[in-house]
Amino acid sequence: MAFCLDQVLELEPYSLKREEKRRLFTQALSELTRTHAEGCGEYGRILEVLGHDCEKDFAPEDQPMLPVRLFKRYELCSVPREEVAKVMTSSGTSGQRVSKVFLDKQNVRAQTRVLTEIIGSFIGKKRLPLLILDTALVKKDRSMFSARGAGIVGFTMFGRDILYALKEDMTLDIQAVRAFLEKHKGEKILLFGYTYMIWQYVAQALEQAGVHLAIEDGILFHIGGWKKLRDQAVSPQAFNESIREVLGSVRVHNYYGMAEQLGSVFVECEHGHMHCSIYSDVLIRRPEDFSLAKPGEKGLIELMSLLPVSYPGHVLLTEDEGEILGEDDCPCGRLGKYFKIHGRMAGAELRGCSDTYEQR
Amino acid sequence: MNSVEYLIGGQKVESAPLPVYSEEAIFFLSDLSHVLLHDPVCRAYPDVTSFAFWCRKGNLRKLAASCVDRARRLGRGLAFHVAPSNVPVNFAFSFAFSLLAGNGNIVRAPSKPFPQVERVCNAIKEILPNHPEVEKRTAFVRYPVNQEITKAFCDEADARLIWGGDETVQAVRSCPVKPKCVDIVFADRYSLCVLDGNSILRADGKALQKLAEGFYNDTYLMDQNACSSPQLVLWINGGPKARERFWNAIQAYAEPRYDLQGMAAMDKYAQMCGDAVEHPEVEKVVRQGGNLLYRVELACLPEAAGASLRGRGGYFYEVDLTAPEEMCPVVNEKYQTLTYFGLEPEDLRKMVIGSRLRGIDRIVPVGKAMDIGVVWDGYDIIGMLSRIVQAE
Repeated sequence: MAFCLDQVLELEPYSLKREEKRRLFTQALSELTRTHAEGCGEYGRILEVLGHDCEKDFAPEDQPMLPVRLFKRYELCSVPREEVAKVMTSSGTSGQRVSKVFLDKQNVRAQTRVLTEIIGSFIGKKRLPLLILDTALVKKDRSMFSARGAGIVGFTMFGRDILYALKEDMTLDIQAVRAFLEKHKGEKILLFGYTYMIWQYVAQALEQAGVHLAIEDGILFHIGGWKKLRDQAVSPQAFNESIREVLGSVRVHNYYGMAEQLGSVFVECEHGHMHCSIYSDVLIRRPEDFSLAKPGEKGLIELMSLLPVSYPGHVLLTEDEGEILGEDDCPCGRLGKYFKIHGRMAGAELRGCSDTYEQR
Repeated sequence: MNSVEYLIGGQKVESAPLPVYSEEAIFFLSDLSHVLLHDPVCRAYPDVTSFAFWCRKGNLRKLAASCVDRARRLGRGLAFHVAPSNVPVNFAFSFAFSLLAGNGNIVRAPSKPFPQVERVCNAIKEILPNHPEVEKRTAFVRYPVNQEITKAFCDEADARLIWGGDETVQAVRSCPVKPKCVDIVFADRYSLCVLDGNSILRADGKALQKLAEGFYNDTYLMDQNACSSPQLVLWINGGPKARERFWNAIQAYAEPRYDLQGMAAMDKYAQMCGDAVEHPEVEKVVRQGGNLLYRVELACLPEAAGASLRGRGGYFYEVDLTAPEEMCPVVNEKYQTLTYFGLEPEDLRKMVIGSRLRGIDRIVPVGKAMDIGVVWDGYDIIGMLSRIVQAE
């Protein structure tokens, strides 16, 4: 029987036990591998060199992995170009090459639906008053319309009466925010933003100004790397406490996702554990031989998603390190693996005669 | 100039030349050899040890004897050296060559804080007072990349030795020098290895082990990232049995010794995927020892091999040839070292000269790829760093 995403969508996002999920992923990923090997020449060629037999079904851990950086180097697309509805680019820092992800209509729709399922399981089905902790410029300025802008625009579907809390100069529009909170007093408030932006332009700015906003019932989702915060020695706990200090009673959920796998995001539960939904899974691999690391052992993060149908992004080897914390037994009750992210793996320092300029 | 750190010596460096292979230089270097070889800490660094070994009086006397016209040669004056930032002891060789050629030297040491650099500098500092002629001709400096400082040093130079690959060569070359200044530049190069499968099958266990050790030292020891580290392995009589025997020996030798960094493993895997996409010649990839050893098997030799087939940290391309001559069409001026096993070096030299190849400057047995000497990269370094005083 062919795998059908619509059937998965009828399930609750954290409802599959290990064995059921493994069956689903074995079948679905094998089918996706076949689809992409046929549709994407570059991907097919990689499988050929790897000696991968597409005829057979493989368990998730035996699926061929695509290094995520390949999306920066090649235009990997599995559908005819005329069917591409949207090309997503990653928010590479200046000077870096950006990823290009080719989405057809079906892929766009699947991303939206799955994100709705996942976020909805945290906030409920109703749209909530939404405070975006960023500037409205990100959606206006096309050059900023990379993953950051798209992430924000994508999140607006969960909100109503949306307010962008930062002015164009990245200062907090306190008056507007106060008015917004006054208007929605007694309601549950949804907040969204990028981790570092929130830290710098909201948490730190309010703390320095000595302002305390007494949100009574808030729920914040934030996304983006921890690198800059780690450099400043800010732990997730300190981040969360600082948010509550300046904003009030707010539940904080970090979430993790790749521009190459939008939709099937990983959300941190109330116990601080990053969770896989039934649309995605994670494996941790030892760099020396890519064998599977044990729970609690740090390694490279491999991400699997059922969503990518128009580009070969269903099994990705990232450059981030993490560890599995457990499976099916988080005290929050969500089934599936839960894990922790340690951040980007350190770059290789090689010897050699030719000077490497970025290192000096 | 404020950010220049003088590790040894000061701003005033004598530029009056010495004869080539002067007694002063030989005594100083053999003294240095003695100090380094008797320092237990230095002995822990094989690169320092091999430098110290090279500086032994016996070796220097031998080199001097082989320089037949040394009686009429004199140094050029003052040499400025830009050492590569990520090879620890190259700066010491560069200095020694130029000193033997009869020059005063300003040496820019690697900017990375290698313990080897500190050790060698300390040893030099310790013995310099006993060698006043060398002392007044010696300064070692360290400074972050800075074109203004480099310009100031270039102003005075009668010779420049520029290591560090294409970008550094370009950057330093753009600094003006005196019209007669001589440059010896070490650009990015490409190296390869040719193996005879029959000889590998015939080799006994000991010989095979020695071959593996040699190949390891040529490649893994420098993360396969030195100019003279082979990237490409050419097989003559390379049946599957010979290949397995060879690569299994390499894997067995490297496994307990090589520390593969996580990102380097990632890089190798990603490169394999990129190679699959970009090179139709790639037939298959064999991975051994997890990510320790990647063998990319090519159906034929691509013309742009030297520009595009570049592995690091134990990532090799291999191809079957019926005769070494088949490599000739792809060899260009980027090719530096050809290591060999089971073939005659003289035959290979005849091939390079007979086929008028623009590249391949060194033909050495497997295991000698890193052995730097006064002839390197196709240059007679002592010859180029000295002048001939002609009298008729």
